[in-house]
Amino acid sequence: MSAALDTRAAPQSPSGGTLELSGIHAGYGDFQALFGISLRVEPGEAVGVVGPNGAGKTTLLRVISGLIRPTAGTLRFGGQDLARTPPHQLPALGIAHVPENRRLFPHLTVEENLKVGAFSPAARAHFAERRDRVYDLFPKMKQRRHQLAGTMSGGEQQMCAIGRALMCAPRILLLDEPSAGLAPIVVKQVFDLVRRIREEGLTVLIVEQNVAQVLRVVDRAYVLETGRVAAEGRSSELAADPAIRRSYLGGH
Amino acid sequence: MDPFLLEAIVNGILLGGVFALPALGLNLVFGVVDVVWLCYAELVMVGMYAVWFLYTQLGWPLPLAFGACLPVVALLGVLLHLLVVRPLLAAPPINQVLATGGVLFLLQGAMTLIFRTDFRSLGVDMPPMEVGEIFVSGTKLAAFCAALLGAAVLWAFLKFTYVGTAIRAIARDREVMPLMGVDPQRIYLIASAVGGALAGLAACLLVVQLDVHPFVGLSFGPITFMICVMGGLGNMLGGFLAAFLMGIIVSVGGFWGTTEFSYVVAFGFFIVTIFARPRGLFAR
Repeated sequence: MSAALDTRAAPQSPSGGTLELSGIHAGYGDFQALFGISLRVEPGEAVGVVGPNGAGKTTLLRVISGLIRPTAGTLRFGGQDLARTPPHQLPALGIAHVPENRRLFPHLTVEENLKVGAFSPAARAHFAERRDRVYDLFPKMKQRRHQLAGTMSGGEQQMCAIGRALMCAPRILLLDEPSAGLAPIVVKQVFDLVRRIREEGLTVLIVEQNVAQVLRVVDRAYVLETGRVAAEGRSSELAADPAIRRSYLGGH
Repeated sequence: MDPFLLEAIVNGILLGGVFALPALGLNLVFGVVDVVWLCYAELVMVGMYAVWFLYTQLGWPLPLAFGACLPVVALLGVLLHLLVVRPLLAAPPINQVLATGGVLFLLQGAMTLIFRTDFRSLGVDMPPMEVGEIFVSGTKLAAFCAALLGAAVLWAFLKFTYVGTAIRAIARDREVMPLMGVDPQRIYLIASAVGGALAGLAACLLVVQLDVHPFVGLSFGPITFMICVMGGLGNMLGGFLAAFLMGIIVSVGGFWGTTEFSYVVAFGFFIVTIFARPRGLFAR
């Protein structure tokens, strides 16, 4: 309790806070999805997690945002142990998670979706100012602010989901497959947007199956296979690695 | 038009306003918590006893008794959630229904023990008003206006507040809510309190029209459930509209036959609707 308050009260640089996972094991009931994952994201970095379907990428993000508790290992953000923090307190600590399939509230308007994203008491006071910032970032959202979110195109919904996550003024943004189900041209727009967000200094951890695209946006990446880190390195190194080219980039 | 038929229709609309409140409360709780409060009409019954007791036994002014009824029943809703519903959130739906059904008999039994089975009346009535060719009961008109006001306050709460917006959101997707900084357990508790307060308001409006006894819930409970299912369980607007439809059917049915006959018509209409539109009249 006091730890959570201290973090919020402490003066913090906009990008402060290292995310640190060490030896994380996790799963669903009897099914184990992650086997000893260690991963580190420094403030201001953009890091990718790539790998085939079922490698545990989504599970990894769900562990970080507290939706699944790890069965072993440590999970820290900005020095604070997250393993005992209730998940609904994480947005106030600066962790925002854009979940797989966006999970917008389709029957609420765009602006109401942003409002739910600003639910935590600390965020409510800044609602108007952050909403306007999201509208600056996505002018289309401003045009559509009274439209029901479910009636927008997939790309617009992804923008709205990212905007909703930004409403808690995160220090780190977790993105789960932002390109899933989108047309190639829209995928490019989404990645341009991710690039802009990180240029503003926000730390980004992005899970993707679209390996070619994501390696162009991130500084470093981890390759996940069957719940284990199979490779890690700078994106340029990974993009040049023959084994990775063969498996993920369709190269020869 | 026959002035008596017109009077029946007007009375039906006034009745619908009073049915609408418990329908809204039941739908709110079901939409958010995903549990049907089978004892909802009995919460209203306890609220009616509270008003009757404070007004006739303790001599409180009626507005004060009404004012106390809302928080009392809201607290009852919170207790129902904490003691009965919360431990069963992960249980099969049949267990939840049986448990809240058990509370129904518990409340009926408790009120029988405390107040016996006598019919208790508040003994207040407002003079009827003559509007054109028809007479309208002043009490019913006042109750109707209060019900609409209550519904409007609920709408504004759901539309404009952070908690209200989260309540509408959680009805669609509960798992994603923690990512928004929302503690679902807290929203369940708030929805239960609001659902209880709506039962309390309904109690205030019914206690001026009906005598209170431990089984008074039977006279509006079943029809409230029918209204909710007809409007689509969890669909607040659907339930609100269905309440007026049912009010008119009951009232006009009673005009052509007896009160008993009017309920036969209402239930018949319900059965036909549910065959034709199983997900509710207003399902999208």
